[in-house]
Amino acid sequence: MREMRYLEAMREGLREEMLRDDAVFVLGEDVRNSVRGLTKGLFQEFGAKRVYDTPISEAGFTGLATGAAIAGMRPVVEYQINALVFVAFDQLVDQAQKLRYMMGGQGTIPVTYVVMASGARRGLSGQHSDHPYPLLVHMGMKTVMPATPEDAKGLMKAAIREDDPVVIFAPSALLANKGPVPDGDYLTPLGRARIAREGKDLTIVALGPLVPDALKCAETLAAEGVSAEVIDPRSLLPLDHDTLLRSVRKTGRVVIFDDSNRTCGYAAEISAVVADQAWHALRAPVRRITRSDVPVPFSIALDTCVLPSPERLLEACRASVKETRT
Amino acid sequence: MNASDNQLVGFYRCMRLIRRFEERVVELVNRNEIVGTTHEYVGEEAVATGVCHALGVEDVITSTHRGHGHILAKGGDPRRMVAELMGRKTGYNGGRGGSMHIADLGLGIYGANGIVGAGVPIACGAAMAFKQRDSSRVAVAFFGDGAINQGVVHEAMNLACIWQLPVVFVCENNGYGITASIRDMSRIQKLSDRAAAYGMPAETVDGMDVRAVHAATTALVARARAGGGPSFIECLTYRFVGHFTAERALGLKYRTEQEVAEWRLRDPIATYPLWLRDQKLCDPARVDEEVEAQLEEAIAYARESELPAPQDALQGMYAVTYPGLPARGW
Repeated sequence: MREMRYLEAMREGLREEMLRDDAVFVLGEDVRNSVRGLTKGLFQEFGAKRVYDTPISEAGFTGLATGAAIAGMRPVVEYQINALVFVAFDQLVDQAQKLRYMMGGQGTIPVTYVVMASGARRGLSGQHSDHPYPLLVHMGMKTVMPATPEDAKGLMKAAIREDDPVVIFAPSALLANKGPVPDGDYLTPLGRARIAREGKDLTIVALGPLVPDALKCAETLAAEGVSAEVIDPRSLLPLDHDTLLRSVRKTGRVVIFDDSNRTCGYAAEISAVVADQAWHALRAPVRRITRSDVPVPFSIALDTCVLPSPERLLEACRASVKETRT
Repeated sequence: MNASDNQLVGFYRCMRLIRRFEERVVELVNRNEIVGTTHEYVGEEAVATGVCHALGVEDVITSTHRGHGHILAKGGDPRRMVAELMGRKTGYNGGRGGSMHIADLGLGIYGANGIVGAGVPIACGAAMAFKQRDSSRVAVAFFGDGAINQGVVHEAMNLACIWQLPVVFVCENNGYGITASIRDMSRIQKLSDRAAAYGMPAETVDGMDVRAVHAATTALVARARAGGGPSFIECLTYRFVGHFTAERALGLKYRTEQEVAEWRLRDPIATYPLWLRDQKLCDPARVDEEVEAQLEEAIAYARESELPAPQDALQGMYAVTYPGLPARGW
């Protein structure tokens, strides 16, 4: 299979959908020059009516996408910075997401929102480092976060074809990663988790940018004689409860490795699902390695106390397998 | 272009329908047949009527929390509207929306809206789709003087202007955002002056004069259809009643009785039928009777309609569903 970078695969998915359906168009800040790289070459290939550079008006252009979608288009909105989701929040969750329900199920609102370079990168500090997927999931918005180039393309295509609003988080930590990508037209379906590595002693549920570190942790544990299974939910809403619970029932131990804040974060939801549905199988308390509940600080000296670290994951996994409950 | 005789009679029928619809709704709220509260359009009928009669069924509007008038003027079915207000299965939204969210996509009504100003970019998005598809359809965004200070409205006006979208911004200036007078909320009192900031033509018209509203809208809609881009109409109007049905109970005093009385003198429901009769265009009393019968039937229809089943509450959120979605709360 050919190897591609995550960002290239995502772009290929977008381009294929634009070729396939002339209702698909892109709008966002600096998308013609493609500061983020997702839309590179699309303005040259598809022209002005398919690629719109917007003013810095996130709430406004998010609202336009909603109206265009009800009128039959399939807009793809790019947010250049993760925290811009907050600026557009009413138009996202109170309008695009609620309208179909409030209208009694009339119409469809097929908008795809791509949160580019989501999560933290060194030195970008408090307002450029967020990973607010739990907020969107909380409000019922379909939300995905691919961890591999293959899924980056497949989920981009699936999101664009979905007849509902879908948010895609494209974590900055993954954009340059290389991996195998199948040829041709394929979709990664929403609502299906990926088993990134099979194992039998312990389940690690790892989200988005943390999946590569979780796999490394599983390698280390294997050397210690512990067989860890790594689940990459990739579709955060709908969440594939079956794959998650099957794994936990098999291993009886679960550590959640999540890049969102701790309180009411995504890991809290997974913990609750496991406690509700797999309590009898648990042989150790559910453990969470998450962000601390502060903004991401600027200094590199500080961020190890804030961001979920592979070292803490490894410690949590070791502690989990030591627990005994008869 | 002048309105035809038929249209002139139609204006009255529509305004009368809106007025009596709202008065009947208040009765139903007071009798608890409608739960909650509604925002009545009493006094502003000439605006919705004049604007929507300048549109075709294929054109799109977005409305506000005070939306009943817009929806009726765009062709909304009073039976399904009353049914929605009574929370019935046969209501426009199957009981999931209520007064602030009535929508009929088939009639180009992209919804009333509970957040001030939020429908404005949505109308612009519809206009964007029309432009992209080289269609001659247009969109109208209704909003009030309260929304003129909402950021997203200004973002949308700028977006519409840079992309020259076929949209008409209709600002219903009734003087008050709930209790806040526009005199205190905007240094610029002629709200149509705001449009100049974005590079679109604008005018202020007498919102109590249905023919003036219709003539102004017709010209600007034609301009938008021909590719001339967006425009802005400020309609000076007044609500004769409170912000919402429950206001009387709050004992709020933010307008003088004299001010209300002065505006009442210009009530289109009182003045327009006199003019129609002078022109020998119709017998307004006849129209009134027809409107009463139509509303009687609408209310009876709603009363006889079934309530939705509780489990219907989890339907309709997604076009594409998955197991366990939406999650139940137990």
